[in-house]
Amino acid sequence: MQELKENNHLQPAMPACWNEETKPHKFCPGCGHGIILKALGEAIDELGVKDQVVFGCDIGCSLLSWDFFATDSVQTHHGRTTPVITGMKRANRDIVGIAYMGDGGGYAIGSQHLFNAAVRGEKITIILCNNCNYGMTGGQMAPTTLPGMKTETSPYGRDVEETGYPTKGPEMVAAVAPEGAYVARGTIANVRQLKGFIKKALENQIAGNGISFVECLSSCPTNWRTNAKKTWEFVEKEMAQYFKVGELRTPQVKEG
Amino acid sequence: MAEVSLQGEQRVFMTGNEVVAWAALAAKVDIMYGYPITPQNEIMHYWTRLAPKYGKRFLQTEDEISAGFTMLGGVMTGRKAFTATAGPGNVLMQESAVMAEMMRLPAVFVIQQRGGPSTATVIYAQQETTLTAFGGNGEGHRIVYSTSTHQELFDYTIKAFNAAWTYRFPTFVLGDGYQAKMREPLTIYDPGEKGLELVPTEPMVGENKPGKQFKYLRNTYNTEDELYEVVMDNQRDWDAMAPKVVEWSEKGCEDADIVLVTHGVVSRAALGAYDLLRAQGKKVGVFRPITIRPFPDKQLLAAVQKAKKLLVAESAYGQLLKLVQGALYGAPVEIVPVLRPGIGITTEELVEEYNKL
Amino acid sequence: MAKVVKIALAGEGGQGVQSIAEILAEAANEEGKNALYIPNFGVEQRGGVSIAYVQISDGAIGAPKFQRADILIPLSPRAVKRTKMHAGRETVYIYDNSLVQEAEVNDNIVGLQYNDVTPPCPAAGEPNPGSAPATSVTAPNKDLPQDMIAGDPKTCSFTAPGPGVNPADIPAEVKKVIAIPANDIAKEELHPRVFNIIILGAVIAATEVLPLDSIKKALETKLGDKFKANPALRDMNYKALERGYQTIKGAM
Ligand SMILES: Cc1ncc(C[n+]2csc(CCOP(=O)(O)OP(=O)(O)O)c2C)c(N)n1
Ligand code: SF4
Ligand SMILES: [Mg+2]
Repeated sequence: MQELKENNHLQPAMPACWNEETKPHKFCPGCGHGIILKALGEAIDELGVKDQVVFGCDIGCSLLSWDFFATDSVQTHHGRTTPVITGMKRANRDIVGIAYMGDGGGYAIGSQHLFNAAVRGEKITIILCNNCNYGMTGGQMAPTTLPGMKTETSPYGRDVEETGYPTKGPEMVAAVAPEGAYVARGTIANVRQLKGFIKKALENQIAGNGISFVECLSSCPTNWRTNAKKTWEFVEKEMAQYFKVGELRTPQVKEG
Repeated sequence: MAEVSLQGEQRVFMTGNEVVAWAALAAKVDIMYGYPITPQNEIMHYWTRLAPKYGKRFLQTEDEISAGFTMLGGVMTGRKAFTATAGPGNVLMQESAVMAEMMRLPAVFVIQQRGGPSTATVIYAQQETTLTAFGGNGEGHRIVYSTSTHQELFDYTIKAFNAAWTYRFPTFVLGDGYQAKMREPLTIYDPGEKGLELVPTEPMVGENKPGKQFKYLRNTYNTEDELYEVVMDNQRDWDAMAPKVVEWSEKGCEDADIVLVTHGVVSRAALGAYDLLRAQGKKVGVFRPITIRPFPDKQLLAAVQKAKKLLVAESAYGQLLKLVQGALYGAPVEIVPVLRPGIGITTEELVEEYNKL
Repeated sequence: MAKVVKIALAGEGGQGVQSIAEILAEAANEEGKNALYIPNFGVEQRGGVSIAYVQISDGAIGAPKFQRADILIPLSPRAVKRTKMHAGRETVYIYDNSLVQEAEVNDNIVGLQYNDVTPPCPAAGEPNPGSAPATSVTAPNKDLPQDMIAGDPKTCSFTAPGPGVNPADIPAEVKKVIAIPANDIAKEELHPRVFNIIILGAVIAATEVLPLDSIKKALETKLGDKFKANPALRDMNYKALERGYQTIKGAM
């Protein structure tokens, strides 16, 4: 018995702000969503803000996290999480508003919201899971689908002549956001760094500087139809080659 | 590029979504616009696989608002275009649908209803009946075909393009998640071979013809009267069209005490119940509007002359019911609703409801 | 009025109930019968029990789903609990009594494909070679790029030992209850992958609407290429089919 307990201790601990009752979570094995939410959970723990947090998730596989955290949470409609969290933050400055969404939700149907929230410098934190496709609906082409990549709606491979190049979200947000923005792109292949980015993105909101946006390179083995090895190769090599990981905007540190 | 040719009649066994893709090919559609949503995804999946082989096009847009309006752009250039969606996507497409109503654009929408409101279940419902028939800030000047079998899904998808290009009202094929996902046999065919003419298309703008008269298309009205005139013109065309387009089916209503009224996939349960009850010697009838817009008001009224009671069953809370009540206002027949928003209705359930009467 | 045979299969994601249903419905269609197959799907189904509804008839088929099945086949302890509503007095109830654990769902296999979208099926839409006229597009689905749609049949079985089905969960008032240890047979005598083919054989024996040969034909259409590459696979599948068939035939 003792031994068992010890063994349990070896298991990576659950962030305190996770809702234990809903674990194990509902994502497919090997899915990056769980890893991103772990990084987010740890960041929330370290900042000790779980009672202020309102966690909003989109429609897409992010919706499977509607009861993921032991925090106030709201699941909105496809692409509409940014405006819902914006509305909350505008009405109540004391909350820590987090909008969590997929690349389809953020860069396709919700792109006008992302763009305008960035332009207005909304003081919210947006975390976006880039998995190169529409996961929940069964693997269609997303704005982030890599050139030549086969999906259900690009069965012959994404043709950039017809459909353009993959959207670079953080670059777009960084280009239009006013002073005070924090913009970064992390990856599930480097969780420590990802957690750092997410933590800064939350701190930036709490400091009231401006918009905070973190894109996370993630995996979708179910729709990519990849085994574990190929999944990681894709995230670490192919995705990272096109989508450069790192910080794009950091707010200037205020005097004092 | 190979022309699509479905020579001869072929019995096939496929899902409803696949049926729609083949029907669009058979109707010689040029381009599909769309955004992923369950349960219509596979229409796009099949179309994107088939279309390039036949020189057809596809555009995946950033959302359904865009899919609706890009389709309007497509039809304005005289190309046969369509889109497919469901639930919240249907909501977002209503803006383009009302533009099509007012500007008389032959747009075709295929709707595979799912549970609502908005995101809800991705499975099945009939909760988009009112939305599809009357959505938007207009008068519901649109044709809506509600199918119930894969054969109809094929037939009416082809018909929808013809109706749209003949009457220049936006046209909807109203299916649902069950029809989208189930497999059953049907016969696919080339409409031409069956003597079914495909109505030719015609560009409204963008024709490269020297000396042509430039067109100024608009959907803005400066005065109340101006708007009134346009709406009333459309209404007159609508009224003239309705009797030619309206469709319904009925069985056993001549001597029925009780008539089951259903539409879409629920009509399958009604027919099943009809067979069972008639075999027991019960005087039951079935009535089904095939066009939800225009609604077969007069035909329904005529069909229930002898009936004492109507059983109106739908997978929504009173959307078909309202249309039936409107049609039968003042008629001396009792209407008994069976309302099951968002869930399927089986043959057994309808028999049970009948037996309760 | 022609009788409609109603079959409901239920199992864990990955047990292959949808592919059993699909093959069954396709075989019925090839036999010139009317067949209707509908999977249940939906986000909330992910990781849960998956149910397939099949109806076969010489006449018209009504609503795609039904309440009481003529043949109800729950294949896991959880599926037994979840399908009680489909059992009636006229139901032949076939369940897997292998001593297995409640399944950990293998979403990789069933994933969202069946729960949210149904992938194009390579065999669907093939016209009956005997009856269809020669056309330029004889087999519509040949147009589909095979590498996107082919792939392994979505099957697997749950082999971890456990308590199996609790007898108290078996509905009492049904026409007949038959247990078949398909999971054990697959694992011990054949191969875990042919679990669902054993079940397919069992369904054929219980329904008595289709000859066993029709299923062999359907398997050939679906897996023909694989069979050619590896004839032992064909033998194994046929053996599994026979095994399931005989087990139920003996019990009926
Ligand atoms: C208005 C509307 N359109 C379409 C859908 C269907 N839909 C649900 S999830 C989804 C895409 C999800 O992709 P993404 O945002 O990339 O998230 P992922 O599942 O990949 O994490 C879509 C298109 C919807 N729910 N609402
Ligand atoms: S479908 Fe893809 S994104 Fe969705 S849970 Fe599964 S692996 Fe994750
Ligand atoms: Mg995505």
